[in-house]
Amino acid sequence: MRPFVTAMLLVLVSPALAALNVVACEPEWGALAKELGGDQARIYVAATALQDPHRIEARPSLIARARSADLMVCTGAQLEIGWLPLVQQQSGNQKIQSGQPGYFEAASAVPLIEKPSSVDRSLGDVHPDGNPHIHLDPRNIERVAGALEERMAQLDPAQAGHYRERGKAFLARWREATERWETRAAPLKGMPLVVYHKDMSYLNNWLGMRAVGALEPKPGLPPSTAHLTQLLDQLARTPAVAVVRAAYNDPRPAEWLAERAKIPAVVLPYTVGGTEQAKDLFGLYEDTLARLLAIAK
Amino acid sequence: MYAKWWYAAALAGAIVPAQAQDAELSKLREALRQLQQQVQELEKRVQEAEAKGGKSQEAAAPAPPPPAQAGRSGGSSAFNPDISLILQGSAARSSLDPNTYQITGFAPSGGEVNPAPRSLNLGESELFITSNVDPYFRGQLAAALTPQNEIEVEEAFFQTLALGGGFTLKGGRFLSGIGYQNEIHQHAWDFQDAPLAYKAFLGGRLNDDGAQLRWLAPTDLFVELGAEIARGRSFPATDNNKNGANAWSVFGHVGGDVGESVAWRGGLSYLGASPQDRAFTALGAAQSFSGDSRLWIADFVLKWAPQGNASTTNFKLQGEYFRREESGALTFDTSSGDYSSRQSGWYLQAAYQFMPRWRVGYRYDRLDHGTVTNGLGLTAQDAPLLLTDYNPTRNTAMVDWSLTEFSRFRLQYAVDRSRADLTDNQLLLQYILSLGAHGAHRF
Repeated sequence: MRPFVTAMLLVLVSPALAALNVVACEPEWGALAKELGGDQARIYVAATALQDPHRIEARPSLIARARSADLMVCTGAQLEIGWLPLVQQQSGNQKIQSGQPGYFEAASAVPLIEKPSSVDRSLGDVHPDGNPHIHLDPRNIERVAGALEERMAQLDPAQAGHYRERGKAFLARWREATERWETRAAPLKGMPLVVYHKDMSYLNNWLGMRAVGALEPKPGLPPSTAHLTQLLDQLARTPAVAVVRAAYNDPRPAEWLAERAKIPAVVLPYTVGGTEQAKDLFGLYEDTLARLLAIAK
Repeated sequence: MYAKWWYAAALAGAIVPAQAQDAELSKLREALRQLQQQVQELEKRVQEAEAKGGKSQEAAAPAPPPPAQAGRSGGSSAFNPDISLILQGSAARSSLDPNTYQITGFAPSGGEVNPAPRSLNLGESELFITSNVDPYFRGQLAAALTPQNEIEVEEAFFQTLALGGGFTLKGGRFLSGIGYQNEIHQHAWDFQDAPLAYKAFLGGRLNDDGAQLRWLAPTDLFVELGAEIARGRSFPATDNNKNGANAWSVFGHVGGDVGESVAWRGGLSYLGASPQDRAFTALGAAQSFSGDSRLWIADFVLKWAPQGNASTTNFKLQGEYFRREESGALTFDTSSGDYSSRQSGWYLQAAYQFMPRWRVGYRYDRLDHGTVTNGLGLTAQDAPLLLTDYNPTRNTAMVDWSLTEFSRFRLQYAVDRSRADLTDNQLLLQYILSLGAHGAHRF
């Protein structure tokens, strides 16, 4: 009996001891933590690329993972306000509470754009601190990587060297890739697009593309026929090259509009795992560019 | 005939003040112009900041240090707690008088269990104030402003943040962790009213004054254990004016995922109480119970969404089974004798979002009178409410429409057979609006 109990305890406890337990709120941060942590980080991602990051459920499996987390890597800027507070409260884990080193907010390492000058729900589900969909600008990934690497080293000092080394190697590869992407993406400059939600703003900002319309009438509201019809009229006057949507968005409104406006509807991976090619952060950018370049004339 | 007068009055009302307020209008225009100027300046600044954000990156090779808490507003108001307000109301009609509502075969719970009043009526306006107290505690108040112009404290509790080891301690008045629906606030329910089992066995819900300790196991499977002690403020307990707890409960929940599309949770709960002189009056006869009350609840909830993405379509299945045993003494009018009961009830409900904004739902309720014995020689003729061997049922269907996640309108129809041999057809239209801080909803 005694050996059995010991064995059970080991099974229960050992994964928690093996490495830094990381719970990532979104796939992009899971992928980044993996780049930095390698085999020293055990990573659980709360959401897949096919799930709307605003609307994840504070489901039991997620609370259970948060219970043993040493580090929770989230976007912040109120992106997760509908579910993360509950996960923190119910986890019984003091390490991942807001303000503790075990709670990392990527948005606090990045200058946010589209910060509303006034906040009111009549404007839709706006984020008062600015647009939280920061990861589609590679310069933001670089900023977050630097801060996250430091945080991982702080939480797991025994492996600090490991994280810094991996961080350095990652950043070197990342900067090189960013330069390559910027050259390759030159034809995208000035390209007018219709987006689904304001989750492509940083990408547009980086590549100089223009969002001339959004399928959502207001941020967070599902597209309505009335709004789509209006958008179609608008496109007749100021045309767009394509309708782009994230892998997690409902395909129907994008297809409806694309068909009538006679422009292609393009699915972008949006985050790691959104398409088959977007296996990691590099793949995410490669595939996003490939899909956009395919429609650029 | 009268309509003309109305138009004239309305026109006068619109025009006269407009003339009187010409001066104010020009003031308003000036204010608007200033505002526009401010917005333009702000936009300029944002653009500058964005441009800078890009530039500084190119210039500095290593990632710049994070700007401390980018974009947070300062000032003392930054420490104000999160405040949110729920506004509710309904228009209801029912074929039987809601004021005479009772559940035949079950001792009245004394809670707010009656169907919605007839005609147009305001529901409870719920005010939530919540915040972290310090690094160790958070506090929450949930107050209901009732349509009768009273303030009711639904919840006022502190909760620990830093106990660690998976432990969380709660103290004050709070929704008990037993069962599934009990911990969910009314505005987040899938139907306007509580399941019959909640009405019969818990008076709608259990929110006692007490303390709760919860422990979450350090496993990938969700395993949660909890225990509560309470003053016994509400049914099935009574406040016995004695030192120590008058009610206690334990519960355990297990949960997890099946693939990406399904999340589930199941649980078992037990609530024990020793009510003294738990009294009610039926058909002019004063009756009261003293003894032991033991309640078991088995609960289960399953949520499905294609690939876990609930935005377009999702499905929720929820069910609970209640079983209660009570034994002790019954006082009926002036005589007293043994009394014992074994009763049960359950419900099963489903809600399906078939397209964005629209959901349909169905619920089936049933209570089982079970066995009720008494040593007073009373029959169902003497005490019909307690002793009639009748199994209440209810069928409820609803459709709701949520323009955003902050506004919901619901049409609900129920065929309620809570009263022996009587059918109550209840129809209601309900609105639920939430204002203020973005609330987070429990699983």
